[in-house]
Amino acid sequence: MFDASTTYVSLEQDTSLGMITLRADLASDKLKKAINEIGLGDLPAQRQIVSSSELSLGWMSPDELMLFCASQNVADIVQTIADHLAGEHSLVVDVSDARAHFVLKGAHIREVIAKLAPVDLDPTQFDVGELRRTRFGQIAAAFWFSDQTTAHIICFRSVAAYMHEQLIRAAASGSEMGIWSEA
Amino acid sequence: MLIFQCPYCGIDADETELSPGGEAHLKRFGPGASDEDFESYLFMRENPKGVHFERWRHSNGCGKWFHAARCTMTLEVFGTYSAQTFEPPQEIKDKISQKRPGWSWRNFS
Repeated sequence: MFDASTTYVSLEQDTSLGMITLRADLASDKLKKAINEIGLGDLPAQRQIVSSSELSLGWMSPDELMLFCASQNVADIVQTIADHLAGEHSLVVDVSDARAHFVLKGAHIREVIAKLAPVDLDPTQFDVGELRRTRFGQIAAAFWFSDQTTAHIICFRSVAAYMHEQLIRAAASGSEMGIWSEA
Repeated sequence: MLIFQCPYCGIDADETELSPGGEAHLKRFGPGASDEDFESYLFMRENPKGVHFERWRHSNGCGKWFHAARCTMTLEVFGTYSAQTFEPPQEIKDKISQKRPGWSWRNFS
């Protein structure tokens, strides 16, 4: 086994992030109202993620959003949104326990992700404010940057061990490539 | 490697992010259809050298199905388009005609 203390970016699994999946017609006025009600402005555009101090809302597909919040607020937020969307064809579900959340911190997060995902991580191609669904190794995952040195990765809980293992390997000390690190 | 632009999320997704879904624009005949129609729906597939239409799913991405038009010989991609259609849009057909004059595929040309 590899030891996480020997990685060149810091890596931790965070269990305090609440995740709510939201499927609805994204053009719906009721949905916009619900999102304003919980303290966010406009809905994210295609592949974007919008954030306030406590919440983030990411675009997952043309009919799906994912809301990230503190886990203790999940139940209230689900209730608020579901009430607003009453009568509309929609789905608001707490998926916190079905997902795992990893946080990478350090100057080299771009290259660690680039080793695992088929994504161009050049700062001109992918930057803060974007959310990318892709694969990491053999599993589906999504990631975004909250700033230049912090990356968030989510995947299914059932494959979290695989994700943890491959992140440790990709970030193993001594395997630095030294690209994009000053970005 | 094949790279398709997903028409739903706009990402240039490479083959490893996608799942193949076989031939596009198959028609399933309704109740009371003949055995021949059912057989053709189940088994009869095009296997062209050249222009081909396929279904793909952005499985490691937004999860949506879409259609793709490509050349099986050169792997050139002519374009991708929505899954909610019974035939390729004119714009895609025009692009193919430009590069492969006189092409035909099933009853499209």
